Amino acid sequence: MAKEAQSEIQDPIIRVRDITVQFGTTRVLDGLNLDVKRGEILGFVGPSGAGKSVLTRTIIGLVPKVAGSIEVFGVDLDSSSTSQRRNVERRWGVLFQQGALFSSLTVGQNIQFPMREYLRVSQRLMDEITMAKLTMVGLKPEVAERFPSELSGGMIKRVALARALSLDPDLVFLDEPTSGLDPIGAGDFDELVRTLQRTLGLTVFMVTHDLDSLYTACDRIAVLGNGKIIAAGSIADMQASQHPWLRQYFHGKRARAVMG
Amino acid sequence: MNSDPKLERITKGNALALCATGTWTASFAPVLERMVADAEKLAGTPQSIFIDVSEVAKLDTFGAWLIERLRRSLTQGTVEAQIAGLSANYSSLVDEVRRVRATPVVDGSTITISGMMEQIGRAVAGVAGTVAGLVDMLGAVLAAGFRVLIHPRSFRLTSTVHHMEQVCWRAVPIIVLITFLIGCIIAQQGIFHFRRFGADIFVVDMLGVLVLREIGVLLVAIMVAGRSGSAYTAELGSMKMREEIDALRTMGFDPIEVLVLPRMLALVLALPILAFLGAMAALYGGGLVAWLYGGVEPEAFLLRLRDAISIDHFIVGMVKAPVMAAVIGIVACVEGLAVQGSAESLGQHTTASVVKGIFFVIVMDGVFAIFFASIGM
Repeated sequence: MAKEAQSEIQDPIIRVRDITVQFGTTRVLDGLNLDVKRGEILGFVGPSGAGKSVLTRTIIGLVPKVAGSIEVFGVDLDSSSTSQRRNVERRWGVLFQQGALFSSLTVGQNIQFPMREYLRVSQRLMDEITMAKLTMVGLKPEVAERFPSELSGGMIKRVALARALSLDPDLVFLDEPTSGLDPIGAGDFDELVRTLQRTLGLTVFMVTHDLDSLYTACDRIAVLGNGKIIAAGSIADMQASQHPWLRQYFHGKRARAVMG
Repeated sequence: MNSDPKLERITKGNALALCATGTWTASFAPVLERMVADAEKLAGTPQSIFIDVSEVAKLDTFGAWLIERLRRSLTQGTVEAQIAGLSANYSSLVDEVRRVRATPVVDGSTITISGMMEQIGRAVAGVAGTVAGLVDMLGAVLAAGFRVLIHPRSFRLTSTVHHMEQVCWRAVPIIVLITFLIGCIIAQQGIFHFRRFGADIFVVDMLGVLVLREIGVLLVAIMVAGRSGSAYTAELGSMKMREEIDALRTMGFDPIEVLVLPRMLALVLALPILAFLGAMAALYGGGLVAWLYGGVEPEAFLLRLRDAISIDHFIVGMVKAPVMAAVIGIVACVEGLAVQGSAESLGQHTTASVVKGIFFVIVMDGVFAIFFASIGM
C-alpha cells in the first residue's frame, strides 16, 4: 500500500508528449511536453492567444490533436477503451472559464447532475453532499435553490467549482478561475483552491493570468510560448529566468506590485 | 488498492465501537449508505460510542459525510459519539464536513386547488400583459420610425437590406414551391367535386378568389411567421442573453431603432412581395392541374379567370400582407426582448413567438374578412 502510494507520487498524473494541435494552417501547439505531478497545483501561464485553453481542452479531449500522446492517471487516452475513458472522466473535474453551468437547472441540480449520472445513491445523500460541497466552496445552502442567471460572477465560479468537485475527483482543471473576480474575491478563491487541494488531496491544473494566484496558490508554474513549454519550475526559477517574455512578466510593474 | 468497505460493531458492556474499514469513497456510496443506515437502527442505548476510522484506506467527501451522518444520528441526549483514529490526511476533510448544516431541501411544488386557481388567474393576467406588450412595441416602433423620418441619416439601410435578403430573397424558393403545390391540390379537389355537377370550369372561380383573397397571403404569412419570426426571436433573444442589447443602450443607441426597425421594415416590405409570388405560383399550379387533370385548356382558364376575378380580390389580398407582416414582426421582437438568462427561456420564447404570430395572423385575417364584407369589397 505504502509502496504503491510512493510510486504514484512519483508518477505524473498527466503526461503530455509531443503534442501538436493545428487549426487550419495555424499551428497552435507544436511538439509540447508537460508533466503534472500528483498532489501539486500547477499554474499554467503564457501570453493571450498562446494556446493555454487549447492545451487544457486537448487534454480533456475537446480539441483533436494532430500528433502526440496524452496519458492521464496512467491511461493513454487515444488507445483506451470507452469504459477506461469513462473511468478517467469520472476522476477529473473541469471548471470552465464562464462557469458553463446548465442554465435550466438550479444550482443544486447542477451539482447533483454528475452524481445522478454516475452514482446510484439516494436523493437524501445527494442533497446532503450538495450542501457539503456548497459549504466547502464557501456558499450558503440556500443558494442551491437559485438558478445560474440569478448568481453573481463570483458565485458562478464557486458553484462551477462545486460541480467540478461533485464526484470527488483526483484532478481538477481550472480555466482562469479568478478572471472577472475582484482582487479580494480572487484572493479568497486562491485560498479556497489551496484549502480544497489540502483537504481532498487534489491535483490542480490551473490556467491563469493572475500573478497573485501564481504567488499564493501554485506549487509549480509552466510557461507556454510558441506552442511549447518554455519554462517550468517554482516561482523562484521563473524570476531567475532570462527569457524575455518571462522577464517582462515577472519583473513588470504589476509583478513588482504583487511582490511588494 | 480498492477494498470493499465494512462497518463492524463491537459491543463491550455499555460501550459501542463501530470500526470502519476499506475504501469509503463515492464509488461505494450506495453500499456505504445502506451500512450506515443499518448501524443507525441497531445502535441501542450505549453509554459511550466510538467510530473507529483508523483502518479506512481511502476517504472522500461522500465517505466523510456518511461517517459524520452516523456520528450525528448516534449522538443522542448526553451521549456524544466520538470519531477515533482519524489520520492526519483526512482530519481537515472531516472537520470540513462537520461544519455542514444538513437542511433538507423542501419541495414546495404541491398541487392545491388554490394553487390551480392562482395559475389560471396569472394566465389571464398574462394575456392582458401580452396585448399591452404588443401595443407598447407597436408604439415604440412607430416612434422610432418617425425619428428616422426626421433624421433620415440614422436609418440603417445596410441592416434593412441584409434582413430583406434573409427574409425575402432566401424565402422565395420554398414559398413558391409550397404555394404551387397548394394551388395544385385546390384545383384537383375542386375539379373532382365540381365534375359531378358538370361545373368543371367553376374551379377557376374558386381558385382565383381563394388564392388571391385568402390562401395566398395567409399561407405565406404563416410560413413567414415560422421561418422569420422564429429567427428574429432567437437573434434578439441571444443578444439579450449576452447583454449585447444592454451594451447598445449604454452607447446611446436605441435598440428599437437599431435592431427592431430594420427587421420590421424588411418584413413589411417582404411579405407583400412573397404573397404576390405565392399567389402567382398557386394560380400557375392550379392552372396546370386544371389543364392536365381537368382538361381545361390554358386559353379557357385565362378567359374564365379574367371574368371571375376583379382587381378588388387582388387588392384585398395585398392590403392584408403588410399588416400581417407588422403583427408577426412585433410579436417576434417582443418575445425576443423578453428572453431571460437561460437557454430554456430562449426556447420558450421562440415557440411562443411562432404560436402567437400564427394566432394573431389568423385573427387579423378574420377581422379583415368582416371589414371587407361590410365595405362590399
